[in-house]
Amino acid sequence: MNRAALGALLSHWARHPFQLAMLLMGLALATALWSGVQALNAEARAAYASAEELLADGGLARLEHPSGRMPDAEFGRLRRAGWMVSAVVEGRARLGQARVTLLGIEPLSAPAGGTGPALAQADLESFLSGTGFAHPQTLAEMGDNGLDLRPSGAVPVGMVLVDIAQAQDVLDMRGQITRLTLAPDQRKGLTPLAELAPDLTLIPPGEGADLAGLTDSFHLNLTAFGLLAFAVGLFIVHSAVGLAFEQRRGLFRSLRAMGVPLRNLCALLGAEMALFGLLAGALGLVLGYLMAALLLPDVALSLRGLYGAPVPGALQFNPVWAAAGLGMTLAGMAIAGGQALWRLAHLPLLAPAQPRAWAQASARARRAQAALAVALALAALGLAQWGGGLVAGFALLAAALLACALIMPVLLAGALALAGRAARGPVAQWFWADSRQNLPRLSLALMALLLALAANIGVGTMVSSFRATFIGWLDQRLVAEVNVIPRDPAEAARIRAFVAARGEAALPVQRVDATLAGQPAQIYAMKDHATFRDNWPMLDALPDLWDRLAAGKGVLINEQLAHRDGLGPGDVLTLPQLGAMPVLGVYPDYGNPLAQAVTGLDLFAANWPDAPVRQYALRSDAPQALIAALQDELGLSSGQITDQAAAKAMSLAIFERTFLITGALNLLTLSVAALALFAALMTLSGMRLVQLAPLWALGLTPRALAGLEALRALVLAAMTMIFALPVGLMLAQLLLAVINVQAFGWRLPMQLFPADWARLAAGAWLAVALAVALPAWRLWRDGPRDLLKVFAHER
Amino acid sequence: MDQVLRLRDVTKSFGQGDARIEVLRAVSLDLGAGQSLALTGESGSGKSTLLHICAGLEPADQGQVLIGGTDIARCDDVAAAALRRASIGLVFQHFNLIPSLNVAANLAFQARLARRHDAGFQADLAARLGIGHLLARYPEQLSGGQQQRVAIGRCLAVRPRLVLADEPTGNLDEATGDSVLDLMLELSAQAGAALLLVTHSPRLAARCDARAHLRAGRLGPGAT
Ligand SMILES: Nc1ncnc2c1ncn2[C@@H]1O[C@H](COP(=O)(O)OP(=O)(O)O)[C@@H](O)[C@H]1O
Ligand SMILES: [Mg+2]
Repeated sequence: MNRAALGALLSHWARHPFQLAMLLMGLALATALWSGVQALNAEARAAYASAEELLADGGLARLEHPSGRMPDAEFGRLRRAGWMVSAVVEGRARLGQARVTLLGIEPLSAPAGGTGPALAQADLESFLSGTGFAHPQTLAEMGDNGLDLRPSGAVPVGMVLVDIAQAQDVLDMRGQITRLTLAPDQRKGLTPLAELAPDLTLIPPGEGADLAGLTDSFHLNLTAFGLLAFAVGLFIVHSAVGLAFEQRRGLFRSLRAMGVPLRNLCALLGAEMALFGLLAGALGLVLGYLMAALLLPDVALSLRGLYGAPVPGALQFNPVWAAAGLGMTLAGMAIAGGQALWRLAHLPLLAPAQPRAWAQASARARRAQAALAVALALAALGLAQWGGGLVAGFALLAAALLACALIMPVLLAGALALAGRAARGPVAQWFWADSRQNLPRLSLALMALLLALAANIGVGTMVSSFRATFIGWLDQRLVAEVNVIPRDPAEAARIRAFVAARGEAALPVQRVDATLAGQPAQIYAMKDHATFRDNWPMLDALPDLWDRLAAGKGVLINEQLAHRDGLGPGDVLTLPQLGAMPVLGVYPDYGNPLAQAVTGLDLFAANWPDAPVRQYALRSDAPQALIAALQDELGLSSGQITDQAAAKAMSLAIFERTFLITGALNLLTLSVAALALFAALMTLSGMRLVQLAPLWALGLTPRALAGLEALRALVLAAMTMIFALPVGLMLAQLLLAVINVQAFGWRLPMQLFPADWARLAAGAWLAVALAVALPAWRLWRDGPRDLLKVFAHER
Repeated sequence: MDQVLRLRDVTKSFGQGDARIEVLRAVSLDLGAGQSLALTGESGSGKSTLLHICAGLEPADQGQVLIGGTDIARCDDVAAAALRRASIGLVFQHFNLIPSLNVAANLAFQARLARRHDAGFQADLAARLGIGHLLARYPEQLSGGQQQRVAIGRCLAVRPRLVLADEPTGNLDEATGDSVLDLMLELSAQAGAALLLVTHSPRLAARCDARAHLRAGRLGPGAT
């Protein structure tokens, strides 16, 4: 019996392959969007994990000096005192064609368990005599690099593992090391470290600037967009499944009349949906994988640019995200199908033949939906009032968006009722009343469209606001016409003298790594100069701040630090070496994941005399002449010099790449929503014939009917777009004022870009017009024939 | 005589409070094998409701609905469905056929559900109903009369003990309707099935063995 009944259920799809394709496609695209984003996240996380495993570093305590380096004599001294420590040198260097992170280890003392020491110990002699390791991809990116490197998949992309002496050579750190790692088991009764090395800071295992922590916000954002896309997909699936059920109402009745028990019917439909879920889910995984492979190079570049995180540019297949993606698809299908099945099971058996019972059930569902929307809106208000933290921020976002989506059909129905009341002619009155009657069948597709449009407007507004703020900020921050990187302290001194002799200013960039208020941070030195007094952007400051900073009577901090610790001008911040200092002002520092503080140059030099000058910012009225002179007379290479334009271009490029992914996701989401509307309209066009036939009989031409059908879809889409604008702006406001602050620590002013809205509206209208065109054209072409059938058979 | 359908004091109402309507009040009726009964009544008098209760598609509020000794009103959904599958053939006014299956598959459908498919018997039925040449077509490619013939063929192919027909010829012209009904009476009598036929038409009712009229929820004698 079940075989025959299943055959009848499936025969519907055999007769309507197009609808089946739409159902599967909606489901597959939803899966693709979600699983693609998951694949990106999983890939990056795997890369971080392999970076930690290299030294088994995450689980070890470390000793560091506030300046970021220490003499390598410390290593010998602590070893002799009985402490099991190992020296590490780490730094960024240009090798061949690529900038990489060079990691120098001391293989004999390195604690066991890391993949790096294991690699070194496999052929200790050649490692000690200069043979290093790098990922094949890194090797390819570097090209000819002057080192003797072997390929190894165990080394993360963008890293080079060498012996410590070799790293000191390449990084110009002879006699110096970056940190000491402590083996987990130490002998008892040793002289305490605090006595032995008072100026070294002990950092407990798992603390400090680990990549996973730094990049969390980035991935969370990506996940949120993936979820948004999935939510759009869910509405689409809901719409498709709902229509598939409604279309087969007659079939369900026939099956029941012929003796198929309700239980079996529900089980068969459940099996059918599970089958589709698996099919479409598998297809979606393939699509998602392709999408992720396409986007990964950009994600990798922006993660490397922003955080120096080693992320490979090529995607590996990971069964975990595949399973997660498929799980979400099946869950989505279960939610969508569950509701349809519940209705089937709880409506009177003959409901298909009793439109009134069906309509009453729909009205009940509509009321429940409105109530849910109100509840969600209240939850959103509560979260906005009392919620804290990033998760609450995203919950607020989700609740607010869902509330808007759920309430939209109610508002649309109201608007259509108003329009109907204002309408005069009989056709116009029918048009509005009929639109209202058919709203339930289109409303899910329209909700998906609403979410996609709102996401576009919201995320677009956020990115554009951010870009506008960021560009203005870059102009203020990058005022120096030329930047040079000295190779060593002697060259730094030569540059300073040379530039001073030309009567131009050389502003040193010096910094030490530190922990501020428990966060990984950097302390920078700032010379007292008009460049900063006139240009440096401030969010909030005490009067006379520049004089007080120059006099060493306080520090500036970045917005991230101010936000995370609730600090403002006048508050007190404790710094290593310096002790408690008043905060003089807060400045915006977009794109920086770390906390930052700025001191006057004199105070900095007095406390960290060994901190090298990493860079000079040079002010010049004739930058090109200065660059030429630096190259010709001081012998600097072009790689050491960047002019202002190049520096800005580089920062902007990282910025654009960071948001490229969101842009791509946005576009995909919108296309999927348009596709859903198309599918719904195509499916409806068959069911509409019965409703249109009487009008045809009353003298409207099929051509006029086709026009009205198209007009109806366009009017509904336009109403959705109008509603999407405030929803999108609300989303933008939430992203700028809540999510960004929680995730990154900076708050951005919202700016409006009506030209973008116009472009989006035009694009969306075009998409809807395309979605409308085929069903309307079919009605126009086949109208008379199909409509006649309605009367001939009294369907 | 062997009683196929036996109704005892069946009542049914819809709605609650002021909106409550009593559609059936203590309806009783007997129908034997090979017999046919025409049920008439005004539109909205409860004819379809009575038929649905006989088929177990709608529960009765009170009373017994015995089909060959089993009270379908007391059956759960699975048991009612099983009874329907094996013993009852239903024909509605329209929407009887599964639109996505062709005529041959539609004809065989219920018989296959009941595991009682007999290709020879079905071919014979199709020939007698005059639809033998339409087997590969889909319902939308048939006229209304042809569709109803397929529906009748489908319901007889399962060799039901009881045929329930709700205005099966209601939307056919007179000549077509008459010929369809003739076939239905003849074939169900031959198969020894009991037939309960809901109709508006006194002319069609006159061709059945017995007649009953539903008014104000009660069953009275039909016009002769
Ligand atoms: N599911 C239902 N809910 C409420 N009222 C119903 C339902 N089904 C039928 N009715 C009412 O019961 C009465 C009898 O209906 P029906 O049996 O279809 O009449 P007939 O077939 O004789 O025209 C009508 O008044 C109808 O409105
Ligand atoms: Mg009726």
